[in-house]
Amino acid sequence: MTAEVTARKKIATREAYGDALVELGRLRPEVVVLDADLSASTFTRKFAEAFPERFFNAGVAEQNLVGMAAGMASAGKLPFASSFAVFVPGRCYDQIRLSICYQELDVKLVATHGGITVGEDGASHQALEDLALARALPNLAVVVPADATETRKAVHAAARWPGPVYLRLGRPAVPVLFGEDHPFELGRAHLLRAGEHVTLVACGIMVAMALEAAEALAADGVRAEVLNLSTLKPLDIPALVRSARRTGAVVTAEEHSVVGGLGSAVAEVLGEHHPVPMARVGVRDAFGMSGSPQELLERFGLTAAEIARAARSVIARKR
Amino acid sequence: MTIDLRELEERARLIRRHIVRMIGAAGSGHPGGSLSAVDILTVLYFAELSVRPQQPDWPDRDRFVLSKGHAAPALYACLAERGFFDPAELGSLRRVGSRLQGHPDRALTPGVEASTGSLGQGLSLAVGMALAARLDGASWRVWALLGDGEIQEGQVWEAAMAAAHYRLDNLAAFLDHNGLQIDGPVREVMSPEPVAAKWEAFGWRVLRIDGHDLAAIREACRLARETRGRPTMIVAETVKGKGVSFMEGRVEWHGKAPGPEQLAQALEELKG
Repeated sequence: MTAEVTARKKIATREAYGDALVELGRLRPEVVVLDADLSASTFTRKFAEAFPERFFNAGVAEQNLVGMAAGMASAGKLPFASSFAVFVPGRCYDQIRLSICYQELDVKLVATHGGITVGEDGASHQALEDLALARALPNLAVVVPADATETRKAVHAAARWPGPVYLRLGRPAVPVLFGEDHPFELGRAHLLRAGEHVTLVACGIMVAMALEAAEALAADGVRAEVLNLSTLKPLDIPALVRSARRTGAVVTAEEHSVVGGLGSAVAEVLGEHHPVPMARVGVRDAFGMSGSPQELLERFGLTAAEIARAARSVIARKR
Repeated sequence: MTIDLRELEERARLIRRHIVRMIGAAGSGHPGGSLSAVDILTVLYFAELSVRPQQPDWPDRDRFVLSKGHAAPALYACLAERGFFDPAELGSLRRVGSRLQGHPDRALTPGVEASTGSLGQGLSLAVGMALAARLDGASWRVWALLGDGEIQEGQVWEAAMAAAHYRLDNLAAFLDHNGLQIDGPVREVMSPEPVAAKWEAFGWRVLRIDGHDLAAIREACRLARETRGRPTMIVAETVKGKGVSFMEGRVEWHGKAPGPEQLAQALEELKG
């Protein structure tokens, strides 16, 4: 990473979630929080300590976690239900589908430990398919914040959003990219850097790396545009197409499988609206493994260098 | 609510007639498990639940969750007879654009509290509702109906654990113990027996009744209402296809519509 980014303060998005929940709990008495025996790891424990009567532990039972949250929503509560991203949505997909999405019940599913940076626990705990699963469900908004600031804003935005939301967070501390003036809006892509040679579209921890890649490319005279696509669904089609028209080449970057996630979503939109040379940086249809987060990011090609390399290749394919 | 048993019997007979007619007209559906649940639903909707048909979203209403969603025709017939919508609409069951979907749809049908149909999910919804009622200090109650094949789903036992853990005495459920599921007798496919002992072991108060004895169902509801500190499971012994001689106890009537002659015979038997 560049000196600028690495020098920044680091906070895990899951920790920012815990703080945001407590804020929200003060503002909205109808907010309830449910967890499945992972409250110390998801940081819902902060809410449990502040509002014990509004916190419900389902135990190791994610299907019932989701069903209870849906039942509470149907009776006027605003539930936030949390677990790891491998378990929610993985362990309770049919419950999310029928008990939440089909009924359009206002449940916010907040999964932590998304992606490869779970690290040492290995493949069983590294969700690389959750965005594909979540994106396929009608009525479900899908959001992947890039840092602690965006997480806090996304939690408040999710509470205001009229319907179910899947919010995907991570385990490790990551650089704080945005100040309080960051204009996060659910459903909108955010242009972080303007350029005309290539668009780098990223979400989650890959946003910091896309910014770093843009910096490296600039040193070679390549002006890259960086689009923070924190909302995968509903996708901000106008912003994406506008950028693709301007630059004529797109690279996506996600801490997820290239099957069904951000890269797929962008390819679907560009394929229909404005096809341009495109490359996807992400996990190439594989499971993860044990290792430190940094080792794994390098091993699976989730780096600023890989984004820059992909950018040069799509630029070379422009006619 | 004062309603005598004779009147309830008459309601139940009328609802059975609706069910066979609806499924016959639709050409598909689940008569067996709808008919086995009719007497329970009749008592709930005409003698137990506090609801306002003209104001289906009245916040203080009692909630009923049909966890075995394939018995939707029985629920729709009760809701129509209770005044949530015109009984004439029952003929639209399973048709394109109908509010009466093959399985219950909370967003479409007035009075339906939960979209179900994928077995095993309803009790969790009911637990969530009961927790919400308690948080609000509200006096409304939650009722659910599960099938005996349905309780093979693991989620049911997750919810059973939670309901007892949270001491939800504002929640009660019926088990429609008709003994048959799609592939055959429940005991042969994958036995959940002994069911009463299992629910007791999970911390529920268990009542065992004849699920076609209207007085016994009413009494069980009363006992459930008066139970403190734990949820109540009412194990109701029922007959699949109850009320139509050629459907009673026959597994093939789980998910098959009667033809015109069978429908005529069923209606004749249910003439009263």
